[in-house]
Amino acid sequence: MSDYKDYLARQVMLGKMNRREFLGRAAALGIAASTANTLFASSAAAQEPKRGGHLKLGLEGAAATDSRDPAKALSQFMFVVGRNWGDMLVESHPTTGEPVPALAESWEPSADAATWTFTIRKGVKFHDGKELTIDDVIKTLQRHTDEKSESGALGVMKSIKEIKADGDKLVLTLTEGNADLPLLLTDYHLIIQPNGGTDNPDAMIGTGPYKVASFEPGVRATFERNADDWRTDRGYVDSVELIAMNDATARIAALSSGQVHFINRVDPKTVNLLKKAPTVEILNTSGRGHYVFIMHCNTAPFDNNDLRMALKYAMDRETLVQRILGGYGKVGNDFPINDTYALFPEGIEQRAYDPDKAAFHYKKSGHSGPVLLRTSDVAFPGAVDAAVLYQASAKKAGIEIEVKREPGDGYWSNVWNVQPFSTSYWGGRPTQDQMYSTAYLSTADWNDTRFKRPDFDKILLEARSELDEAKRKDMYHTMAMMVRDEGGLILPMFNDFVNAAGKTVKGYVHDIGNDMSNGYVATRVWLDA
Amino acid sequence: MAGRLMMESGPITGPVVTDATAGETALRSPDLSGVPAKPNPAADELGGTFWRRFAFRRPLAALILQRLGLSVGLLFAVSLMIFGGIEALPGDFATTYLGQSATPQAVENIREDLGLDRPWSERYLSWLGGAVQGDFGTSWASRNSVSEQIGNRLGNSLFLAFFAALISVPLAVGLGMLAVQFRNRLPDKIINVISLAAISLPEFFIGYLLIMFFAVKWGVATFPATVYDSMGFTERLSAIALPVATLVLVVLAHMMRMTRAAILNVMSSAYVETAELKGLGTFRIIARHAAPNAVAPVINVIALNLAYLVVGVVVVEVVFVYPGMGQYMVDAVTVRDMPVVQACGLIFAAFYIFLNMAADILAILANPRLRHPR
Repeated sequence: MSDYKDYLARQVMLGKMNRREFLGRAAALGIAASTANTLFASSAAAQEPKRGGHLKLGLEGAAATDSRDPAKALSQFMFVVGRNWGDMLVESHPTTGEPVPALAESWEPSADAATWTFTIRKGVKFHDGKELTIDDVIKTLQRHTDEKSESGALGVMKSIKEIKADGDKLVLTLTEGNADLPLLLTDYHLIIQPNGGTDNPDAMIGTGPYKVASFEPGVRATFERNADDWRTDRGYVDSVELIAMNDATARIAALSSGQVHFINRVDPKTVNLLKKAPTVEILNTSGRGHYVFIMHCNTAPFDNNDLRMALKYAMDRETLVQRILGGYGKVGNDFPINDTYALFPEGIEQRAYDPDKAAFHYKKSGHSGPVLLRTSDVAFPGAVDAAVLYQASAKKAGIEIEVKREPGDGYWSNVWNVQPFSTSYWGGRPTQDQMYSTAYLSTADWNDTRFKRPDFDKILLEARSELDEAKRKDMYHTMAMMVRDEGGLILPMFNDFVNAAGKTVKGYVHDIGNDMSNGYVATRVWLDA
Repeated sequence: MAGRLMMESGPITGPVVTDATAGETALRSPDLSGVPAKPNPAADELGGTFWRRFAFRRPLAALILQRLGLSVGLLFAVSLMIFGGIEALPGDFATTYLGQSATPQAVENIREDLGLDRPWSERYLSWLGGAVQGDFGTSWASRNSVSEQIGNRLGNSLFLAFFAALISVPLAVGLGMLAVQFRNRLPDKIINVISLAAISLPEFFIGYLLIMFFAVKWGVATFPATVYDSMGFTERLSAIALPVATLVLVVLAHMMRMTRAAILNVMSSAYVETAELKGLGTFRIIARHAAPNAVAPVINVIALNLAYLVVGVVVVEVVFVYPGMGQYMVDAVTVRDMPVVQACGLIFAAFYIFLNMAADILAILANPRLRHPR
C-alpha cells in the first residue's frame, strides 16, 4: 500500500494528478481526508523545483574512444553529455512524442510537406558569448548533410535537398514530402554549434543549460551551470558530474552507497534486489526499443510464410517479458511500433503463444528438421537465455530450434543482417515513418528481415507526405498488418528503460523518446537534500 | 591476463625453473653467437674477439647490452603479432565503430579517411616509422594524439601499481620469512590458509567484497576510484585505497609462497646445517645465510607480479572504475582502434621485457657465481 501511496504522491509531483483525483484515490486506500490533504500539499510543494547542488551520475556506455564531436557521438554517455551542453532546433514532448520548439520557435510546412520554414529563436547566446544566428544553424545542418561527413545523422538528413535562409527564416527543401521533418531534427547529433562546428567540431560549445568544465573520454565529464541559459525551466543543479561506470555491479554499489545520485542500465536480474534498498528508487520508462528475432524473408527455409507464422506462434512472449526483462517491459506484436508512437494503429489483435497454431502452420510449411538460430549476449541483454526459452516453447509445438551461440565480438558485422535467423535489438526511432524506412523499406540499408514489398513501399512513401492525420493512421495500420502477418520479424517484447536514482533526486521526467529521460536527465531533475 | 592465469594454475616452482634457465641461456649466449663452430678469422679480428674480450672482462655490461638488443628485437616481433592479430579479427574499424547506426556511406567515408583501403604491410610500416620516433599516431575513434592519452593513463596505472607494490612486496617477503621461521607451526599455517584463500578467489570477487563492506555497508572507503587531473594527492590516495587493497591480496600469496619455498629449499643445504651447528639462531640463519641465496627465484616472482600490477589489472580497473591502461586498451580493442591497441600492446610488452631483464640482472648481482658461466 505504501508503494501505491508513493506512486500517487509522485503523480502529484509530476503534475499528472489534480487534488480531486488524488483525494479520491487516497480515500479508496483508506487514508483519512485530513492526512490526504497534508500529503497532497507536501507532494505539491515538492513539485516546486529547487536550485543548487552537485549532481553525480554513474553511467554505462563510455569509452576512451568517445569523440567530442556531436556528429560522431554514439554512446549512451555521449548522448547525455551532448544533451547537457547543446540544443537542437526541435525537441520532442516527453509524454506525447510530438515536436516542441527549442532553438526553432515555430515552423510551417508547405502543402506537400516538401518545403519547411523555421523561425529561429532570437537572443540566444552560445557559451562563448556569441549570439546564435541563422548562419550557425545553416552551417550545422550543412555539416551533417554533407555526403562526406561521418555524422551519425547522415541517414536521417539525406532527404534534405536544400538549406537556405529567407531573411531571418530557415527554409529546408526536401527531395520528397515528409510530414515528420521537425521530429527528424530532434536527432541528438544535430546540436547547433557556432559556425556549425566547422572551425572546431570538438569545442563542445553550445547553447545548452550546462557548460563543459572538463571532459576525459571514457572517464568523466563535469559541467557548470550556464548562467545565460535562454530557458528557466531546466538546469536546476549548479554542477553536474558524469562518471563512466561500465560495470553493472559498480554502478549499483555506487548508487546504494550514495556516491552517485543516478545510474542507468540496471540489469533486470538485479533490479528486484536493488528495489529493496530504502534509499533507492527504480525509474522505469516505457520505450520504443525492442528485442527481436529476425528471419530473412528471401532465404530458405524462411522464404515460406507458413514457417514464419509457425515460428511467430511458437514464441511465448509473456514468459520472455517476465524472465528476460524481469517484468520491466511490454509484449510485442510482431511489428516494430508500440503505443508510445503518435498515430499508433489501434485495434490490432495481440498475438499470443499458441502451440497448436504453430504446429498447424509448421505442418503446412512442409519444413522438417531443426531451425538454426544464431544468438549472442551482445544482441540484447539475456539474448542467449531468451533463445533457450524460445527453444523450449517451440519444442512444445513440435518445432526443433537449434541455438548457436556466436562470439559477441564481430556479431554486428558477421551475424546480424548476414545470417538468415538471428537475435537482435532495435532502438526506437522518433517516428513510425523513420522506423519503417530504416528497416522495412525494400531499399533500406538495414532491411535486416529482407522484407521487400513494392506495395508496402508505396504506402510508406504516401504516408510520409500525408498531412491528414486520420488518413495517415489508416496507412500505418495497413503497414503494421503487413509486417505482422507476412514479415520476417518476431518481436516478443519492448523493453523499458530501467534506471535508478537516490530518493533525493526529484522531478525525473519519464520521457518516452529515449533512455534517461531522453538524455535530459541532468537538465531536468533537482536535488532535495 | 595470460600471465595471471599461468601464475594461478602452474606449479609453484614453475617460474623459477623457467626464469633461471632463461638467465643462464642469456649468460652463455655471447659465446654461442660470437664464436661460430668453425672459427672465421675475419670475423674474429673485427668483432668476435672484441666482443669475447668485452664479455669476459665486463660480463654484466655485456649481459645488459645483449638483453637490450634482444628486447628491441622482441618488441618488433610483438608489434608484428599485434598488427596481424587485429587484422585477423572479424569486423573492421569502420563498421565496428559505427555499429548499428552506420550507413554504407558513412562507413565508406571513414575507410577512405583513414586509408584502410591501403594494404596492411604499407600501413604497418608507416605506423612503425612513427612509433620508432615516439609518435604513436592519432586515435581513429577520438582523433586525439595517442601518445598524449597514454601518458595520462599510464601515469594512473603506474600510480596504482606503485602503491600496490610498495605494500605487497615487503609484506610478502616478510610473511614468507616468518612462515619459514615458524615452519609447520600455527603462524605458518594461518599465513598459508589465508594466502591460499586469497589466491583462490577471483580478483573481481575480492573487489566486490571490499566494496560491499567498506563502501556500501560501513561507508569508510571512497568509491568509485575514479581519479582525474584536478585531484589532490591525498584525495587520490584515498580513492585508490580499495583497488590497492584488492591488488595486494591478489599478488601477495604468490610472492609469499615463493619466498617460503625458496628459503626452505636453501635451508636443507650443507652450509645452513653448518650454521645451525655453529649455534646461530633460526632468524639469523634465515636472514643472513639462507635468504641471500634464495633471492634469485624470489626476484623473478616479484618481477612477474610487478608486471602483472601494470598490465594485468583490467578487471580491477573495471570493477573500481579506475581509468588506467587496461581499461583504455579494452575500449580500443572493442572498436578496433588500431593505433591505440598497438601502442598499448607495445608498452605492455616493453614492461614485461624490462622487468624480466631487471630480474635476471638482479639475480646475477645477488649471486656472483652466475657471472662466469662454465
